[in-house]
Amino acid sequence: MSGSGKAHHFAMQLVEQAADIMGATELIPISFAHIDACFYTGQSHIDFVKFLLENDATLSVPTWTNNSVASLDDVSFRPEHIDPAMVRGGHALMRLYAELGCKPTWTCAPYQLPGGPGFGDHIAVGESNAVAYYNSALGARTNKYGSYLDVACAITGLAPLAGLHTDEGRRADIHFSCDDLPDQWKREDIFFHILGHIVGRKAGRRVPVITGIASATADHLKALCTAGAASGGVELLHVVGVTPEAPTLGGISEARERIEVTPEGLIQAHRKLSTGGDGPVDCVALGTPHFSLSEFARLIELLDGRAVKTPLLISTSRGVREMLAAKGWLEQLQAAGIQIPVDICTYYSPKIQALKGRVMTNAAKWAYYAPGMLGVQVVFGSLKECVETAVRGGLWRDPALWLTR
Amino acid sequence: MTVLHAGTAEGAVLLLDEPLSFWGGFDPRTGIIIDVHHPQRGQCLKDKILMMLESRGSGSAPGNLAEAIRLGTAPAAIILVQPDINLAIGTRVAQTLYGKTCVIITVSAPTFSELSKHTYLHISHDGTVGPALDDV
Repeated sequence: MSGSGKAHHFAMQLVEQAADIMGATELIPISFAHIDACFYTGQSHIDFVKFLLENDATLSVPTWTNNSVASLDDVSFRPEHIDPAMVRGGHALMRLYAELGCKPTWTCAPYQLPGGPGFGDHIAVGESNAVAYYNSALGARTNKYGSYLDVACAITGLAPLAGLHTDEGRRADIHFSCDDLPDQWKREDIFFHILGHIVGRKAGRRVPVITGIASATADHLKALCTAGAASGGVELLHVVGVTPEAPTLGGISEARERIEVTPEGLIQAHRKLSTGGDGPVDCVALGTPHFSLSEFARLIELLDGRAVKTPLLISTSRGVREMLAAKGWLEQLQAAGIQIPVDICTYYSPKIQALKGRVMTNAAKWAYYAPGMLGVQVVFGSLKECVETAVRGGLWRDPALWLTR
Repeated sequence: MTVLHAGTAEGAVLLLDEPLSFWGGFDPRTGIIIDVHHPQRGQCLKDKILMMLESRGSGSAPGNLAEAIRLGTAPAAIILVQPDINLAIGTRVAQTLYGKTCVIITVSAPTFSELSKHTYLHISHDGTVGPALDDV
């Protein structure tokens, strides 16, 4: 524990206030935190962490950091002159959280890095997709902790025992059935993005359980969780036979509402996400959340040694980029003309210069936020369609894909 | 009635027709609602008694509320029906850092409905709410 200083006392006040509001009578020790307060939104963020540092705050648990607004690694992606206050503030905030003792991961997909939490661990996480992934895919336990409270949990090493930290809070209350969807519909990565989008819209903040999915990779679950968190407020979902807390439907679900996922529903959701309609593509943006090593492996397969003609940006973490470099893939990708920013995501302002006009993406979360944040039009497609489009220098639709039929 | 952040406040009532997200839907530099989908886009929250049934959740909301309190663009008070951790935390942090405040209380739905009929409200330190003297 970090002692009895003023910072610790303040952090404890915040955790206890949250516990009061949540109706928690106990606090539970946590073993890990991933904080969102390092994402600069104004001077108050700087003042908060400075206050903690001046009052001798220390972290009680390993604490990793979410994306920043500006990369410390390559400043050219978001040049300072576009929004000096934002870029300088972002950089200053990153240095202050590193000083506080955070592990500077700067990623929205911390679960792709080694050494994180596992099944049954109580943790405190802020980033919505990471909350959903840790809860759903790994069976770790966290509520969604907003800025400041996330840091307060990391300092005290405690969280209110309520919500998704409890067994009762983790039971499903809305059932989505893919039982009658033909298997061919479930093969492509795009299926999981669209399914997540549908689940989030209908479930809101409830806990969904999904049946009829025989298998799903970590990347598929990332897509499902992220889209559900973005379009609704899903913090935990279960996939029967796939995620660790749902070996059977009966064991996890008390759902009274059952929703049938249909081909028509998938096609309609795809259209809604593709706000720009089909047409010339100015840029392709991948990596929301940050691209994993296995996604890069698939991308290299799809590239098949070819270079890109349309700008292709892929956001990832420093950690995954190091793995790419160790395999010799980073040079190969850069030689193909692909840009790989780290520390940041690409859908919020101040915008990255290449991102304008009609932008293609395979990520439902990017498709959901970018039109409002960047004023761009979105073409939504599978990873294969995105890669072929970038390579050919014009929109390519996969004739084998169910969505075009 | 529950006090999420105590203090006294008095001001003109701004009743929101829909929940507001303090991140993405509100600009702390001006105090103005910027969400293009919000029916009250363009309204300024500064010094108002803001009434909304609940807020729209965003993990970055506490930072934006604290920033608004720092800059003096925040509401004088927020009256909710659904308790909100993000707003309570943002206010507590601003109080500690800047010694400035935004009162936050929750009331029952019927009380909310009753209070929303007034033009000016006064909130006491113990959370008691009633029409302000100006409300005639």
